[in-house]
Amino acid sequence: MTATDMGQDPDIFYVADEHDHPEGASTMLGFWIYIMSDTLIFAMLFASFAVLGRNYAGGPRPEDVFELGLLALNTAMLLFSSITYGFAMLAMQEDRQTPTLGWLAVTALFGMAFVGIELHEFSGMIAEGAGPERSAFLSSFFTLVGTHGLHVTIGILWMITLMAQVARKGLIAANRRRLMCLSMFWHFLDVIWIGVFTVVYLLGMVGWT
Amino acid sequence: MDVESSHAADPHHEDFAPHGTLKGYLTGFVLSVILTAIPFLLVMTHAAGPATTAVLILAMALIQIVVHMVYFLHLNTRTEGGWTFLATIFTIVLVVIAISGSIWVMYNLDINMMPMPGNEIGQG
Amino acid sequence: MELPYTDPTWNPIFGRLSLGALPLHEGIVVGTFVVVALAGAALLGAITYYRLWGILWRDWFTSVDHKKIGVMYIVLAVVMLIRGFSDAIMMRAQQALSVGPGNEGYLPPDHFNQIFSAHGVIMIFFVAMPMVVGLMNIVVPLQIGARDVAFPYLNNASFWLTAAGVVITMISLFVGNYSRAGWLAMPPLSGFKQSPDVGVDYFIWGLQIAGVGTLMSGINFIVTIVKMRAPGMTMMRMPIFVWTSLCTNVLIVAAFPVLTAVLALLSLDRVLGMHFFTNDLGGDPMMYVNLIWIWGHPEVYILILPAFGVFSEVVATFAGKRLFGYASMVYATVVITILSYLVWLHHFFTMGAGANVNSFFAITTMIISIPTGAKIFNWLFTMYRGRIRYELPMLWTVAFMLTFVIGGMTGVMLAVPPADFVFHNSLFLVAHFHNVIIGGVLFGMFAGINYWWPKAMGFKLDRTWGLRSFWFWLIGFYVAFMPLYVLGLMGVTRRLQHIEDPSLRIWFEIAAFGALLILCGIVCMLVQFYVSFRDRERLRDVTGDPWGGRTLEWSTSSPPPPYNFAFTPVVHEVDAWHDMKRRGYVRPVEGFRPIHMPKSTATGVMIGVLATAFGFAMVWQIWWLAIVSGLALFVTVIGHSFNYDRSFHVPVDSIVGIENARTRELAAGGSSA
Repeated sequence: MTATDMGQDPDIFYVADEHDHPEGASTMLGFWIYIMSDTLIFAMLFASFAVLGRNYAGGPRPEDVFELGLLALNTAMLLFSSITYGFAMLAMQEDRQTPTLGWLAVTALFGMAFVGIELHEFSGMIAEGAGPERSAFLSSFFTLVGTHGLHVTIGILWMITLMAQVARKGLIAANRRRLMCLSMFWHFLDVIWIGVFTVVYLLGMVGWT
Repeated sequence: MDVESSHAADPHHEDFAPHGTLKGYLTGFVLSVILTAIPFLLVMTHAAGPATTAVLILAMALIQIVVHMVYFLHLNTRTEGGWTFLATIFTIVLVVIAISGSIWVMYNLDINMMPMPGNEIGQG
Repeated sequence: MELPYTDPTWNPIFGRLSLGALPLHEGIVVGTFVVVALAGAALLGAITYYRLWGILWRDWFTSVDHKKIGVMYIVLAVVMLIRGFSDAIMMRAQQALSVGPGNEGYLPPDHFNQIFSAHGVIMIFFVAMPMVVGLMNIVVPLQIGARDVAFPYLNNASFWLTAAGVVITMISLFVGNYSRAGWLAMPPLSGFKQSPDVGVDYFIWGLQIAGVGTLMSGINFIVTIVKMRAPGMTMMRMPIFVWTSLCTNVLIVAAFPVLTAVLALLSLDRVLGMHFFTNDLGGDPMMYVNLIWIWGHPEVYILILPAFGVFSEVVATFAGKRLFGYASMVYATVVITILSYLVWLHHFFTMGAGANVNSFFAITTMIISIPTGAKIFNWLFTMYRGRIRYELPMLWTVAFMLTFVIGGMTGVMLAVPPADFVFHNSLFLVAHFHNVIIGGVLFGMFAGINYWWPKAMGFKLDRTWGLRSFWFWLIGFYVAFMPLYVLGLMGVTRRLQHIEDPSLRIWFEIAAFGALLILCGIVCMLVQFYVSFRDRERLRDVTGDPWGGRTLEWSTSSPPPPYNFAFTPVVHEVDAWHDMKRRGYVRPVEGFRPIHMPKSTATGVMIGVLATAFGFAMVWQIWWLAIVSGLALFVTVIGHSFNYDRSFHVPVDSIVGIENARTRELAAGGSSA
């Protein structure tokens, strides 16, 4: 008799034959709700960019500071890292530890390349006098893109931690759960990036309001 | 969402997110590449007018977000008894309210309050 | 280009901190410090003398038991209520003393401005929020028949992050100064140019750190309610308090990220010289107002929904009837949850967004009052022809219904944009929101504390002192705030350190007298707690069900064992415990099995301490300390993730011991009664 059936039997008031609840059964839902809350942080940054992103204050405009070639390269890095994380998850499902770790390492490298390119772009802009204190447009640009970059950085650190944990304990249930959480986090960052490159860079270059 | 059925009543089943497949990941990847390449090309080549380009690239971004959610985040209406899906829909509604509401409010504020010269609020 | 952080007094070791930051020249602050230091030393001495440190550390600070965490939240809230109320009575005294030409009162404007800012922040974030979260902690797992929350460690860490926010805010009293920019720190006043000192930074970091804790506990409770309900408890069989808690936590998760983002942007303006909310280089201060109220309005419902839940439980119990209109109550709660995101602009109708925008938000605001009104009718119909027992929780509930309706009606007045142009920023508004927050949230929390105290502590609260507290609070509230409605209608604006027109004096004096009555109410409440503790044997609740309750928390002992329920209950009805009693439920006395429970952890305390250090370092721009404490926080969290061994089994022997003791108690209680 399952627990659900007991709810229908009017004379049973408690579960006499109870087993332990599996640990971590709530983790995935909890983490998803965390991601939803993070989405709202990004929503605020997008709203700020949408409202303030045309206030150039006589300073640089998008076409002065954005390089679409660099952006395309960066976007490719993140997209590749998404598919390689997918491969890591497939290897994990087949219980193959070494390929899992290998694909995670590849993913982390793509992530690092992304952060590196972004830092290169930022330092170039700041050197040209287009730093975040120049105008509301640049403030909201640096904050939105920088917050995304910070998330990617945290994701990389988390990935390295998880690689150490998988190497030490193997693909046990707790580690699989963590890998799945990081998977959600990583793909979520890719979704945010779609918004960033479209709204911030491409729409900015189109110059249409 | 069926609120009448109990989701808590099933402690014996480890309720993980659905597993991805190689085919799913590759489909998602190919679609994403296409949906990324087209907007970049549209903007780089100036193939269409600004308004058309803007609408097209926004539309493709929305499609690509759905692609990522389906193929990479494995979002569906069944995981966790539909709660992840419900949470996602609720979040999307709030994101739309917050962003479009802010734009609407601030746009109306700008045109009503006549910004002073030198302050570029409200000017494209 | 001058950046704000290029401060000439900054040095690498102490940042902006220097001896000049100690407010030695302000007599009131020094006096407060002496009192706080003596009281603190006495408290620490007493703890040491009675050898309580070990008990505090093992059984409370490191505990992951939701009931104990809940009690700690409420203790925190009561302590901060005293702090927040001290601010309130100082303001009332100042305003009563400074009416008329030449009367300056005793508080200089600089100090007065800090006091009204601190009062608002503390009352909302560190009194109302911890009370709400504390009550949910104690009650929700018990009501859904669970043994703990979904993430017990996170729960402990959430509490300590809230405590860290409190500590950072309290430090501002004695080191440096607090914000002078009002409880929401609106720019440009809160910007670096207008407020270059650390006040606004204390505001930002106190709220950021506490906000992370609140967000985590929001996630925790959503998952707990969704995943851990007892078998048979469908969504539409959840007690109303669980429903309102679920909606409140959904609002927390959906609203607090907004606050986090907005405060982060304000900090970027202040520290890195960005231009989100500045007056120059394209910034827009009104964008801050817009964003902060996207958080701010849901926050109002975060506070009031749990209070609605408490009233629903209390009314049903003390009328001895099933709650009238259960389904409509649920739908009303859900509708409020969604609509609360569509009304935020009614807080700033006057900013000039135009008639179209104002009309939209005025209409949504009026619509949201409909489900709230429906709830009032549900409670009235529950009482109708019920056999009402006027115990303390029920008295608070009746007082709430009368008071809240007045507050609701003045709210609808404020929702009419042309009228709001008159009321905006006046004492009318101040009277309105105190009317709903004291009459709604605080009365609700007091009803809840009186109602669930026996469950959490094992003994009831003393009725005599409870009645004294109740009447002082209720009458004090009306005497203190009705004059503010009058003054507001006469056009007096809020936050005035000095009032020029001498004819207004009498109203301010009446209001100050009301604050004194409320002071008596608070003192009586503290005496009530003390007397109840002293007479705990007389007030002991051996049955576990002192009020004739209807929901599952009353089916276990008071206080419940660490595992809450020896056997997980099975639910057949909304009022599960009422149903069990009615159909002759017999408490099982054998066949126990080991119970799987989480272990205690010191990680939460560590996170709290490090977060306090980090917040303090960020306020004073002591970058080395920020880096060290930030890294230590990171290492602590990572280190905790390497610990896979986090739970244990309560052995059958100890369960048998606890349950047999209860069997004997019940038998003894039954024979004496």
